[in-house]
Amino acid sequence: MRKTFLFGAALALTVALAGFSRAEQGAQDNVSTFRLDNGMDIVVIEDHRAPVVVHMVWYRAGSADESPGVSGVAHFLEHLLFKATENMEAGELSATVAENGGTDNAFTSRDQTAYFQRVAADRLELMMRMEADRMRNLRLTEEDIATERDVVLEERNMRVENNPGALFSEQRGAAQYLNHPYGRPVIGWKHEVEKLTRADALEFYRRYYAPNNAILIVSGDADPAEVLEMAKRHYGPLAPTPGLGPRMRPQEPPQTAARRLTYRDPRVAQPYVTRSYLAPERDPGAQRKAAALTLLAEVLGGNPTTSYLARRLQFEQPIAIYTASFYDGTSLDDTSFNLTVVPKAGITLEEAEAALDQALAGFLEEGVDEGELRRVKMQMKAALIYERDNVQSTAQRYGQALTSGLAVEDVQAWPGILQAVTEEEIMAVAREVLDRRRSVTGWLMQPEPAGENAAAQEEPSQ
Amino acid sequence: MSRILASLALLLSLALPLRAEIDIQRITTPGGFSAWLVEEHSIPFTALEIRFRGGASLDAPGKRGAINLMTATLEEGAGDLDARAFAEARDSLAAELHFDVGPDALSVSARMLTENRAEAAALLRLALNEPRFDADAVERVKGQVLSIIRSDQKDPDKIAYQTFSRLAYGDHPYGSSINGTIESVSPLTPDDMREAKDRVIARDRVYIAAVGDITPEELRELIDDLLADLPAKGAPMPPDAPWLLDGGQTLVPFPTPQSVAVFGEPGIGMDDPDFFAAYVLNEIVGGSGLQSRLMRELREKRGLTYGVYTYLLDRDHADALMGQVASANDRMAKAIEVIRGEWERLQREGVTDEELERARKYMTGAYPLRFDGNGPIANILVGMQMNGMPPEYINTRNAKIEAVTQEDIRRVIKRLYRPEKLHFVVVGQPEGLEAQD
Repeated sequence: MRKTFLFGAALALTVALAGFSRAEQGAQDNVSTFRLDNGMDIVVIEDHRAPVVVHMVWYRAGSADESPGVSGVAHFLEHLLFKATENMEAGELSATVAENGGTDNAFTSRDQTAYFQRVAADRLELMMRMEADRMRNLRLTEEDIATERDVVLEERNMRVENNPGALFSEQRGAAQYLNHPYGRPVIGWKHEVEKLTRADALEFYRRYYAPNNAILIVSGDADPAEVLEMAKRHYGPLAPTPGLGPRMRPQEPPQTAARRLTYRDPRVAQPYVTRSYLAPERDPGAQRKAAALTLLAEVLGGNPTTSYLARRLQFEQPIAIYTASFYDGTSLDDTSFNLTVVPKAGITLEEAEAALDQALAGFLEEGVDEGELRRVKMQMKAALIYERDNVQSTAQRYGQALTSGLAVEDVQAWPGILQAVTEEEIMAVAREVLDRRRSVTGWLMQPEPAGENAAAQEEPSQ
Repeated sequence: MSRILASLALLLSLALPLRAEIDIQRITTPGGFSAWLVEEHSIPFTALEIRFRGGASLDAPGKRGAINLMTATLEEGAGDLDARAFAEARDSLAAELHFDVGPDALSVSARMLTENRAEAAALLRLALNEPRFDADAVERVKGQVLSIIRSDQKDPDKIAYQTFSRLAYGDHPYGSSINGTIESVSPLTPDDMREAKDRVIARDRVYIAAVGDITPEELRELIDDLLADLPAKGAPMPPDAPWLLDGGQTLVPFPTPQSVAVFGEPGIGMDDPDFFAAYVLNEIVGGSGLQSRLMRELREKRGLTYGVYTYLLDRDHADALMGQVASANDRMAKAIEVIRGEWERLQREGVTDEELERARKYMTGAYPLRFDGNGPIANILVGMQMNGMPPEYINTRNAKIEAVTQEDIRRVIKRLYRPEKLHFVVVGQPEGLEAQD
């Protein structure tokens, strides 16, 4: 069973990984790329089956590009981009998209912020006109700031404060990164979001929302030459931000001591244990290690039935109701390799963690199951075929990579690299990354019962 | 009017809404099944959607959750293959076989590559006809389901929705979670799984759509092979559900910083002549995006919530107008006051011509954009069959939206948006709110 058990993002993200692959040749035939004189990159992904396009603008700016003290400003600004510009009233962009039968939205992540609309193909130019307008011409009032800050705080309430798993995840992220801004939640710490100002938002906006920091991605029923002409008309005249250097964030020091945390909350219904290790990401021209980690995550805990952890901890020695490993190498700086074990009723987190460590030791000894690796690679190949049915996921893949420091060639080389990774490479990277000393282990559980103390940990977790 | 809109006025007035061009073939198999097919040979795979009407509402008395658990265990081994062997066989083919169940239908969603479609279909056939329901597999999946049930008990969204359903529908299957309870699920056995399967996976209630790289002949053979050996008849359908709620509000105390409210009143279904007017009206009041009245009043003007929305819940045995909102404990009372105020304003003022026109434009323009890929199209086609619509509906649907008038809207406002019928279930620690039952 796969669908019934929804354990946070880990499962969904692992499944999504299968879609993040592509064949070595042929699949790129529908992708064209350009660059405008002002530095704006353009990617066009063609699919002419239906007269529909997705228009996206991605900025190479996310929460990890924020200055200390204003966490959440990247995401706050994303909300504010729907307010007035010199040429549009507040809400007009979305209203215009809707009036044309389209949908629009935006999202903010650690390394990027993106805005997109899905519309009939003949409305593409209107989208460009409006998106280009808000790249440079935003007009914010103090009232916008006050109201939208409340909206963002309610969003934080919904996503984080009301969800013990999300609060736990924030604490783990902070423990994982001592020095790098990835340790801050994308939505921002509550006490800082409450104090975000118009000036904070505009400072981030003026610096990062510029053509030389943006990527235009158009996917669907669009002609690349026409897209280029339209983009020249609407995005071409925009002034770049001078002096935007390489994105340098404070890097992590070597981790030399394992870190642990326990988050307790009365709203926890299902305790679980997580483990994460700092892990290298995909780098331009050097993606082999990240590819090996991607496959490691698949063979170790990707498949809910046949992966190593599932076999060991759910079938052979059934102590868990769910196990998973997850790694996403598309990241500007060092990312993490993650493991989750959800114990069965009656198994403590201590027992679950011990079983996880035994299983990891077993994996390092036994090596990669050849059949499992073959099936994972087969599914990655098939994902290329399935992905052609949904060019928006291709657009997503390019946008994510190009705002994470990678180039178009890296995106196109990636599926071939995944297929070429050997068992030996997977084991080498497993031995390197799965090092207890460089790990963060987290327990999510109920508060200790009143009047008891450490002995509570020996109690059954249910 | 802004400069951008002004400069594009000409373009907009010339551009007509898109037409979805979907060539649906209705086929009948030698075994007597009917199905809808859209041939799309440009990508070498096929999306297949199968629905069995009745879904989890066909649970036998005292066995609540059996059909949900059975559905989740279908892929845990079949024929000679145990759970792992089945998963290995499926994944070697890179076939995607998903089983899901809701209150009205059990659904099978498959994506099969052309190069190995016969093998993938054979596996699906095995899962539907000869699932093993091994005791260890049932226990393993049961552990996952029980964990979900426990988690739902501490999730304010789920508490609100489940409380609302219980109060509205009572003992009808719609009144309880399809997952069942700890007490009803814990004792379920492999025999219960076999019985649950025969209640819902039967030939007399099946709907089929396929989109992709497959010919009518190939699809006929595939369907008969998959389904011909299933039982002829399943369990009888449940009766229509009552609506036991009056206006007012119910509070469920739960220690969490943000309150969640689920609200609703009786609705109307697709078989009602006023359905399209209600559908357009819902779009104006609480539909998608930032443009709805509720989003403008609660979010854009007052910052009371991240999201508030309403929808027409059109089910086989009950129709409702439902909505949801979340707001901090000290602001939920205000959020509810504004929503109730919007219901009253609707009764007083109706909607403006401009709002009606905007909603019509959005809904007619957005409709063809839904048909974007083999999987989504197969989903739409199987849903249309379950709702008794002909294939031609795709070409007539937008005209029905266009035809909605202010008079229709006024009539539906009287029928549907009745402040005295609107009931809120609030979960959290809201300040200044009292129960009114």
